[in-house]
Amino acid sequence: MSDATIQAIPAQHDVALGGDIADYAALLKPRVMFLVVFTALVGLVAAPGTMHPVLAIAALACIAVGAGASGALNMWYDADIDARMARTASRPVPQGAVSPDGALAFGTVLAIGSVLCLGLMANWVAASLLAATIGFYVVVYTMWLKRSTPQNIVIGGAAGAVPPMIGWAAATGTVSLESFVMFLIIFIWTPPHFWALALIRAKDYERAGVPMLPVTHGLDETRRQILIYSLILAPLGMVPAVMGFGGMLYTVVTSILGAFFVVFAVDCYRTREGEEAERAAKHLFAYSILYLFVLFAALLVEQGFGFDNGALPFNWAL
Amino acid sequence: MEDAEAERKRRQRKRSVAIAWILAALVVLFFVVTIVRLGGNVAVRPI
Repeated sequence: MSDATIQAIPAQHDVALGGDIADYAALLKPRVMFLVVFTALVGLVAAPGTMHPVLAIAALACIAVGAGASGALNMWYDADIDARMARTASRPVPQGAVSPDGALAFGTVLAIGSVLCLGLMANWVAASLLAATIGFYVVVYTMWLKRSTPQNIVIGGAAGAVPPMIGWAAATGTVSLESFVMFLIIFIWTPPHFWALALIRAKDYERAGVPMLPVTHGLDETRRQILIYSLILAPLGMVPAVMGFGGMLYTVVTSILGAFFVVFAVDCYRTREGEEAERAAKHLFAYSILYLFVLFAALLVEQGFGFDNGALPFNWAL
Repeated sequence: MEDAEAERKRRQRKRSVAIAWILAALVVLFFVVTIVRLGGNVAVRPI
């Protein structure tokens, strides 16, 4: 595709006015932030021992701000791509509501501040993991992989999978096999989740020149890859139960959710023509969000309310 | 032109107020976290 065919969607704002509070809030990608905080909370709650609720809230706030900083730096660097895609053209930088320099400064200050605060309020293992995650997402995924390989979201997905490990590390000062398993679940969940979206938005990605799998290898190959990852994800979801940190509730939930994930992936694989195909991809995309949320909610309920072993994760005592 | 200048000032003021609130929240957060990390024994010390 030549650059001449790529049309940026025109900006609606005057940069000289400066951004409104809502524009800066949008730079933080609040919906991504919510999932990051939620999975980090599960990691923190699932960790052995107890934590003072104030320290837990402070740690989660730092992780949330760190995730927001990643979003702001991503929007700073990807403003050219965002301007060419319908899904992202309304973001603050392509709209001209916040200048690229403003987004860069905002993201950098938040990134440094969140890492320092997490180190001081929790511990430096968690802070190092947060710093590495922000660096990986911005430099490895955004600046390098996203524009160069269809495996972009496979490798880059590691950044979005780390929050449970950061939560665990904030509570214990260490990483563990259990937190690594939670990382693996999100890591393997990411490709079918994003590729389901990419199936729907393939033309958008093509117009922006982003080498997503449906653009480089076609829709059928993407459906095949989605199915493969789904077949890995379903049994992987059982591992916390096998290791013992997922109890009876988790075992039942992951069995049902995993089976339905494969059902939706098979439907997406087999339905390849017309509106039915798009609907199958949309269903899989929506279900994938529900899958991760409910899976981690099951762990949260078991560990957070002492359903599993009777021990609560928080202790108000000074 | 005057409208644009007024809007720019309005936004600048809102951003400044937001930063002030965030700084105040950080002061409170650092104070509370310090108390929690020091533990209850901080109140029992020779004067």
